[in-house]
Amino acid sequence: MSQDEFAPRATGSTVLTHEGGFHARPSIMFTQLAKRFSAKVWIGLSDQGPWTDAKSIVRVMALKASRQTTVFFAAEGTDAADAVSALVRLVQSDFTNSRDQ
Amino acid sequence: MNRNVGIVIVSHSPDVAKGAADMVRQMVGLDVPLAWCGGDPGGGLGTSVDAIEKALQTAWSDRGVVIMVDMGGAETNSEMAIERLPEKKRAKVVVCNAPIVEGSVMAATESSGGSPLEKVRRAAEELYPRM
Repeated sequence: MSQDEFAPRATGSTVLTHEGGFHARPSIMFTQLAKRFSAKVWIGLSDQGPWTDAKSIVRVMALKASRQTTVFFAAEGTDAADAVSALVRLVQSDFTNSRDQ
Repeated sequence: MNRNVGIVIVSHSPDVAKGAADMVRQMVGLDVPLAWCGGDPGGGLGTSVDAIEKALQTAWSDRGVVIMVDMGGAETNSEMAIERLPEKKRAKVVVCNAPIVEGSVMAATESSGGSPLEKVRRAAEELYPRM
């Protein structure tokens, strides 16, 4: 994805309050939720990117986003807005929203 | 929805294999066909082609199965177990080149989202790319 062509349909951000940050289990829940949407979804630690594929468990874990970091989301596709709001809710719920939400 | 890609965990130690499988179940959930085996039939460390063959049946999915191995015999015995499968099934099984515990969790996470075999394998192998 070239930065020039990047025109997301939906964006969002929230502060990561979870104690351990994006460690293993939160990363798994996060990518599992992202995969439920057909939109392309990205996560970044700045609203300017660089953007990471939110559906890639390995890349999301590699971000090593720690507590109190602001995480940014961008999505492109028909359900982009739903994807962003669901992911924001998951992070804001301290990852207590189960995968069955 | 189609069944997801299955995961078979093969370690020389039954405790390691079971522990890795527990991590998959608790962290990723129940949406992934999963089986593990480890130890030789005499109760010592080792792997067994028969046990791997049985695990492949347990975790079988028509979308394919990835086998996670620890080292040496786990890999060669897994390849022998694959050889025993009917030809049509053989092409749907791959042995992953990834650390057994972390790779199992990564592969299962990818599988739980409905990804195809090759993508599941890549998720596990992407973790620590070979130099």
